[in-house]
Amino acid sequence: MPRTDTNAIGRWLSPERRAHLVQEYGIFLAFLLLVVVLSASNEFFLTGRNVSNVLLQTSINGILAIGMTFVILTRGIDLSVGSVVALAGIVSASFATTSPTAGVAGSPYPVFVALSLGVLVGAASGAIIGVIVARFAVPAFVATLGMLSAARGLTLIFGGGRPVPSLTPEFRWIGTGNVLGIPAPVIILSAVFLLSWWVLARTRFGRYVYAVGGNPHAAKTSGINVTRIKFIVYVISGALAGLGGMILTARTGSALPQAGIAYELDAIAAVVIGGTSLAGGVGRVTGTLIGALIIGVMNNGLDLMGIESYYQQVIKGALIVGAVMLDRNRGRTA
Amino acid sequence: MQPLLKVEGLKKSFGGVAALRDGRFELRAGSVHALCGGNGAGKSTFLSILMGIHQRDAGTIWRNGREVTFARPADALASGIAIIEQELSPVPHMSVAENIYLGREPASRFGGIDFRAMTKAAQDLLDDLDFNIDANQTMMTLSVAQMQLVEITKALSHEAEVIFMDEPTSAIGEREVQHLFAAIDQLKARGKGIVYVSHRLAEIFQIADTYTVFRDGGYVGSGAIADINRHDMIRMIIGREMSEEYIKTNIPTVTTGLEVSALASAGKIEDISFSARKGEIFGIYGLVGSGRSEIFNCLFGLDAASGGTVRVDGVQVEIAKPADAIGHGLALVTEDRKQTGLNLFDSVRGNICMASLPELSPRFVMSRGREASASAQMMERFQIKAARDTMPVSELSGGNQQKVVLGKWFLRQPKVLLLDEPTRGVDVGAKREIYRIICEFASAGGTVVMISSEIEEVLGMADRIMVMRDGRSAGIHKREEIDAQKLVHLAD
Repeated sequence: MPRTDTNAIGRWLSPERRAHLVQEYGIFLAFLLLVVVLSASNEFFLTGRNVSNVLLQTSINGILAIGMTFVILTRGIDLSVGSVVALAGIVSASFATTSPTAGVAGSPYPVFVALSLGVLVGAASGAIIGVIVARFAVPAFVATLGMLSAARGLTLIFGGGRPVPSLTPEFRWIGTGNVLGIPAPVIILSAVFLLSWWVLARTRFGRYVYAVGGNPHAAKTSGINVTRIKFIVYVISGALAGLGGMILTARTGSALPQAGIAYELDAIAAVVIGGTSLAGGVGRVTGTLIGALIIGVMNNGLDLMGIESYYQQVIKGALIVGAVMLDRNRGRTA
Repeated sequence: MQPLLKVEGLKKSFGGVAALRDGRFELRAGSVHALCGGNGAGKSTFLSILMGIHQRDAGTIWRNGREVTFARPADALASGIAIIEQELSPVPHMSVAENIYLGREPASRFGGIDFRAMTKAAQDLLDDLDFNIDANQTMMTLSVAQMQLVEITKALSHEAEVIFMDEPTSAIGEREVQHLFAAIDQLKARGKGIVYVSHRLAEIFQIADTYTVFRDGGYVGSGAIADINRHDMIRMIIGREMSEEYIKTNIPTVTTGLEVSALASAGKIEDISFSARKGEIFGIYGLVGSGRSEIFNCLFGLDAASGGTVRVDGVQVEIAKPADAIGHGLALVTEDRKQTGLNLFDSVRGNICMASLPELSPRFVMSRGREASASAQMMERFQIKAARDTMPVSELSGGNQQKVVLGKWFLRQPKVLLLDEPTRGVDVGAKREIYRIICEFASAGGTVVMISSEIEEVLGMADRIMVMRDGRSAGIHKREEIDAQKLVHLAD
């Protein structure tokens, strides 16, 4: 009887399943296509140095986007990550600078102190957002818009509006070092990716994240602590933004108060291109990584082709919207 | 006289699977025609073709004797066919008049909207139908039943002659159903043809003049309601003999399973006391808004109770959140499985395991093997029909979805099962299986509390029935002592 059910018409061709397939492989194919086209049109593209460069460029956005994926999966959004990047950067740099005037008294501290503080600052701002969103039911857009402004302000207050230069070589290693030729940021991104993939796909917490985003009412009725899960995803996003902020600072060599402006938009773009639904409950961190890589590869490719950065922004905008349109339409046609 | 609508040999496949093999149908003016069939019988496909949402693969549609083709919903509407959908979707912040004339507002001289003319036209239509609704009222202040009446008015404002009603009574109370039926009688008197789609046979026998039955995408039979009885109708719908609709196998014991005393929730329910015994199916009957579901919300920790005590197996328990209720052995099957029961983005397996994750995977990492075997066990026990348990639960029929919700809770081996409209939107065949599952649970010593707005269901299944009215209990009665009239009277 259910075989001929109108709801079950062509199970293997159902919109959900097709959306799932497109989500799973479509974005990967698009990425491969982009790589093939770019390597065919420019002999420099596939050289080891350039590939390493692209990965390096992608790593910070990739880390932020992975945190963003957790948040978006629960139907939320985190607009604060760009400002948190700057705040974590300036706080950690103040503990890792050799400059007698720029840092806090006693700087430089051992590198793990600076690094832990950066992550903690990010996690703390995430925790504040988490309480506001999960406990006081303020829309995530509003709560994180507030933090976007507040964290930027705190950055300026903390650093007095000045950059923090002269960082210790140990601190700078996370941005400029390498292991067997692989840049440290790329290694960090890989670790973050693998851990997040494992958490989302293999752990109970991951299942709760999908359940809360898929249907918060059903999740609550099933005894899941929806408030806690929502709180945790903002802490994760904040902590990863802190990590990203320190990598950026280490690469730049000094913490700039205006660092990370509009980074949240690239992170959201990577998540969306990667097929995660802004409506929550559907998406993967693998897609997000590829989304971030697509943005990185495209920026790099357009650079190599000698296209001005003004045009690059237009092309990136079209790509974001185009990717979602493709996803929507393929998923919908009856 | 020409039939208003005639359909022959309608066919439609989706992705190579036939959803409709042979749709046949004939609707006469001034009549109510019931379209019957289980889930998956092809009714929805049939309706969506006539509404111009899907295109037919083969077959012919005649409207007043003329062959027609509907390329889009606007074509169907222009030809005088309107539908009152199961899930109404009005614009909540607009007035009744604005909703009725949405998209075709009368223009004023300067290109704006002539609100006065619009409101007057809407009010005239409403008054003409005796609907007692103010055209200036905001849509969101209306009850679901009133919104349906507005939809009917809207259909008439389009001069529709054929009006489809898809499960119109699924979200309204008994008294409101009678108001709806009065409206349908009016439409009949004006020579309109109404196509009435419902799983509730009692309604079909009350309101319909003629019927057509579909099964497995094909036409099975049609005729006058006067010439068929309930038993034969059920046989046509499910395609086999069905001895009895309600088979009760449970016998209540003397041990109390769940005891509720003086439960209250500010502004919702007051002084609710009852005790359900092990092995008993305790029914709660009441109209929409009488406080039925609120009792469960309090018991399950979804709403805060402002007073009262709850005992499970004689031990007083404190329930502040659903996890507490679950910990004390309660399980809640909510009224609306799509809104509050299932994660439609997730698989069958994911949904079955949703309430048992800490038990299935005591450590942080998921145990896939245990999840798979738990899900296989529930699929087998409840005969959930799905190709694989990793397919999205949204692709299952209503009956199978409901069994997934039951599976989710049975996996926890609950002591007390709270069921809120457990067979809503489920076809006759699946209903029986759900009744069987409930009875088996009770027979094995479980306690069942079941809310139902279907009188026959509550009379057929419950051992005792509490009637709710205005947030209070209007008495508890043994099933032998009460009948349908008395129930309706007490609840009203």
